[in-house]
Amino acid sequence: MSLLAFFEWLGNTQWSVDLHESQYAYPIIESVHVWTMAVFFGLAVMFDLRLLGWTFRNVPISQFNRRVLPWTIAAFVIMVITGTLLFFAIPLRSYQNIFFRMKMVLLVLAGLNVWFFHARVYPQVIGGPDSSMTKGARLAGALSLSLWIGVVFLGRMIAYNWFDCDRQPQPDVINFLTSCIPTAAEH
Amino acid sequence: MSLLPFFQWCYQTPIGGAIRDSTWLFPLIEAFHLVGLGLTVGAVLIVDLRLLGVGLSRQPVTQLSAATEPWMLGSLALMFVSGTALFLSEAIKCYYSFPFWVKMTTLLLALLFTFTVRRRLTRMSRASERSLLGRFTALTSLTLWFGVAWGGRWIGFS
Repeated sequence: MSLLAFFEWLGNTQWSVDLHESQYAYPIIESVHVWTMAVFFGLAVMFDLRLLGWTFRNVPISQFNRRVLPWTIAAFVIMVITGTLLFFAIPLRSYQNIFFRMKMVLLVLAGLNVWFFHARVYPQVIGGPDSSMTKGARLAGALSLSLWIGVVFLGRMIAYNWFDCDRQPQPDVINFLTSCIPTAAEH
Repeated sequence: MSLLPFFQWCYQTPIGGAIRDSTWLFPLIEAFHLVGLGLTVGAVLIVDLRLLGVGLSRQPVTQLSAATEPWMLGSLALMFVSGTALFLSEAIKCYYSFPFWVKMTTLLLALLFTFTVRRRLTRMSRASERSLLGRFTALTSLTLWFGVAWGGRWIGFS
């Protein structure tokens, strides 16, 4: 079964239809997604600013890691749960949405950056003095900052249907990027 | 006196019209508004979590407050500019929107509280640390900002 067929099937399940058509559940889930985004993004940016040395220079990075990261992770978990539900409510359309796809790519890159930071940069940083700064820390902070800003922008754009499959004609490159196969009549 | 004529005037400003005529402008400005929201929440949380005793704990409140203040002011300015632009483009809808009025009321209260009570408390050295007053201030601040975020999100649903 192709992903396309799977998401088409998923979108036709009763649960997905109910969620999509619900008067309150969908907007509430979306609101929680946005509010936890603000908490996650805000605290992540504060961490990035520290890594870049733009502020909090006398707060050890390890302190940030111990005392602020748990909140950041909690918000991220809620965001993933609500985000999954939002996808589940409108699977096929999201799957073929160009902004959704770009957002997923940036999320993977942001995840790799988190791994890069915790596996490579952090062990070097914790041994140093309070104000310690390394090239790696700056790089991880700059990457994180740019990637998460990109994720927020793209996430907001998913709501818009400019490049959606059912809005033909679209340039070939768009239909390629959205795995869209327009019917001959639409072309 | 009704504020409706003022809102109608806002709606008819060239900026409002330009945003309505464009496909991209509204979503783009909205995205900036969201980034500003996240930044404000982050800057506010660093201090409020500290006051609640569940965030950074080794640095004095005064220090954290001084470090976050430029970011809070900058992001508030970004939100104010982008928010005004969004408002101009749909001022009449806002006039009839209950969440909009909730947002404006809580925003006013949040700003007043932040720049009077909370600012005074976070500038008093030591006084605010682990005190009941500090916790109360942080809870009030977070509640008010949540009211702003609630109203903001629900303007879009109404």
